[in-house]
Amino acid sequence: MNRAVFAFIALSAFAACPAQAATVFVSNEKDNTITVLDAESLKVLKTVKVGRRPRGMVLTPDMKELLICAGDDHRLDVMDTTTFEIIRTHETSGPDPELLDIDPEGKIIYIANEDDGMVTVIERDGGKVLGEIPIGVEPEGMAVAPDNSVVVATSESTSMAHFIDTKTLKVIANVLVDTRPRVSEYTADGKEVWVTAEVGGTVAIIDTTTRKVKKKFGFEIAGVRPELIQPMGIKFTKDAKRAFIALGRANRLAVVDTATHEVLDYILVGQRPWHIDMNPEGTKIYTANGLSNDMTVVDVATLKPEKSVPVGRLPWGIVIKP
Amino acid sequence: MIARHSLNSERCARCFIASCIFGCVLFAAVLVNTDVAWSNEPPPTIDPAAHLKIEIVYLGKEYTEPEPLSLVDKIYTDKGIQGARVGITEDNMTGRLIGHDYSLTEAIIPEDEDITVKAREVLSAGARMIAADLEPADLLKVAELPEAKDAIIFNIRSSDERLRHENCRRNVFHIPPDYAMRADALAQYLVWKKWRRWALISGERPADLEYAIALRRAAKRFGGKIIGEKTYAFDGGSRRTDTGHQQIQTQMPLLTQDFADHDVIVVADIEESFGDYLLFRTYEPRPIAGTHGLVAVSWHRSYEESAATQMQNRFERKAGRIMTERDYSAWLAVRAFGEAVTRTNTADAVKIRSYIMSEEFQVAGFKSQGLNFRSWDRQLRQPILLAGPRALVSISPQEGFLHPKYLTDTLGFDEPETKCQQKN
Repeated sequence: MNRAVFAFIALSAFAACPAQAATVFVSNEKDNTITVLDAESLKVLKTVKVGRRPRGMVLTPDMKELLICAGDDHRLDVMDTTTFEIIRTHETSGPDPELLDIDPEGKIIYIANEDDGMVTVIERDGGKVLGEIPIGVEPEGMAVAPDNSVVVATSESTSMAHFIDTKTLKVIANVLVDTRPRVSEYTADGKEVWVTAEVGGTVAIIDTTTRKVKKKFGFEIAGVRPELIQPMGIKFTKDAKRAFIALGRANRLAVVDTATHEVLDYILVGQRPWHIDMNPEGTKIYTANGLSNDMTVVDVATLKPEKSVPVGRLPWGIVIKP
Repeated sequence: MIARHSLNSERCARCFIASCIFGCVLFAAVLVNTDVAWSNEPPPTIDPAAHLKIEIVYLGKEYTEPEPLSLVDKIYTDKGIQGARVGITEDNMTGRLIGHDYSLTEAIIPEDEDITVKAREVLSAGARMIAADLEPADLLKVAELPEAKDAIIFNIRSSDERLRHENCRRNVFHIPPDYAMRADALAQYLVWKKWRRWALISGERPADLEYAIALRRAAKRFGGKIIGEKTYAFDGGSRRTDTGHQQIQTQMPLLTQDFADHDVIVVADIEESFGDYLLFRTYEPRPIAGTHGLVAVSWHRSYEESAATQMQNRFERKAGRIMTERDYSAWLAVRAFGEAVTRTNTADAVKIRSYIMSEEFQVAGFKSQGLNFRSWDRQLRQPILLAGPRALVSISPQEGFLHPKYLTDTLGFDEPETKCQQKN
């Protein structure tokens, strides 16, 4: 093989590497499908039929599987993230799974059973039920601590964040937040849990050492009625300096300084952005817009929305696989 | 949510295979899982010793009610109380985590007994939080008892407007929307549809006439026009007859044939004597709205948004039947008490009342916004569902109907219009 050809092939192989974009998965609550898109071209790679009312999703730490809550079928569907096929279901998820998280080792799945007031804990391998933990009414948010010691679940009707010890599977603290908490998200350093309250319109920052709310803040947008501001999905930037928060029917993302907790900007996206995720480079935020049936891509540096593309009906959850 | 261990190497590895031969340079940017040391000893968030007992009384009477015209609608004798029971379970699910212990006392008496006797009994025993499943006259008798001075009475039954106006009482709060709120919710939608010309048909009983007044007011407020009006006394007689539709089939066209041009027929038949018969039987092919056809309600079995599905499921599991509007009001009353106790950490009625009246108070009722009370008549603000017989049609307030404070204040009587003298 001559040198020039070698160099050419080597170069093209190298160039192909960054072109292999991340994959976006959007759950469409009304269509019972997951839309799979290329994160860069935003082309739909596949629309995958799953169980009824798919909402919360989580990627396993090995990136090989996407776990999907199929609420109305009372099960988890497991998708292979390279073939985009459903390869397994877990019928042991407990009734009406809504959101879930997985431990950093990728072995234990924590599922919020919205209809039943509990958290179901199952093994990823085989789906054996390890525990059912009663919490408040309408469990939703679920976040495993970075050090795997605790999982924080929220219950919407009870307006609390519940700290559950992952070893004993017992509730060790209940923290009252504002009305209808939806999402709990740990900061990367594990020192804080941020909890969004959809109806309260606020975000509570819970200190994970004291397990008390150390700061609470709301949002004010000129021309948008307060009751339309419904904080939901949260995502922190890679440098941990900013948080993006989806504001539901305010049709915007809020950009919050994580040190001062000041809102730096509001970015108009599609209608009712619900869950959000970031690309692996940390340069773009993707929002699932429930009422406009699309997904908006926002540039993290410029804070400008770049493009919206249609997905299925009632998009709810969004997960990006590097 | 993406997984925490972000291995860019895997993506490159696939790229390597795909390009068949010469490898990519692997920058295995392995993000190390940040282990943060923090104490595993949780400080208790809430003092478990702080034990609070909260009694909520469901005060009601077994009134004779008009039976629904449609045999599809079942006759329930436990509307309301079933909602309160679900509510108390939920209050306790929250309460057990913070040392609050709720109980529901069911004080429901036969129709011919004196409600004040029962009310006195529960009030003298110390109860101050009351969900009242009472008709206006009985409700007022209870509210006026000296023992009830500091009580918080949630009306969960009546849509009577006078209870919000001249008969308003400082200790009475109203959960169900009144007739004006319902009529306004409907009117906004009809006007949005550009169905502005209405033919109004009402029954002859007092509640029918009251709803007709609300419909007239709504037309005026939102640009509808009532092109003609009729009252109709239909002697329904027995709910079950072997033959019956033939007569109705000829009567309804007669009733509706001599109206001027109209887009829709609005019907005020609270007492269920003929409303359902209008559907598909009008002289001109026109939709029906009001108490039948398209209805304005606070709750409906077809409603599923904002987690309403979970409520419907919870209720049906517990009660073995669908959730009615009165069940929803009772549930909401019990939840509102629970919310106020949770936030204030007290069972003191005076403190609870002042919290409920404050700007901070809000209770969630599956309407995608916090619900609170209007200060001028203590009516709960809430979006109103517009439902057809089998499916949700819309939710009011409609787009474009604006208000400086709350969009929901475009429904019903706003502060400048109130006749309530006992404000705050």
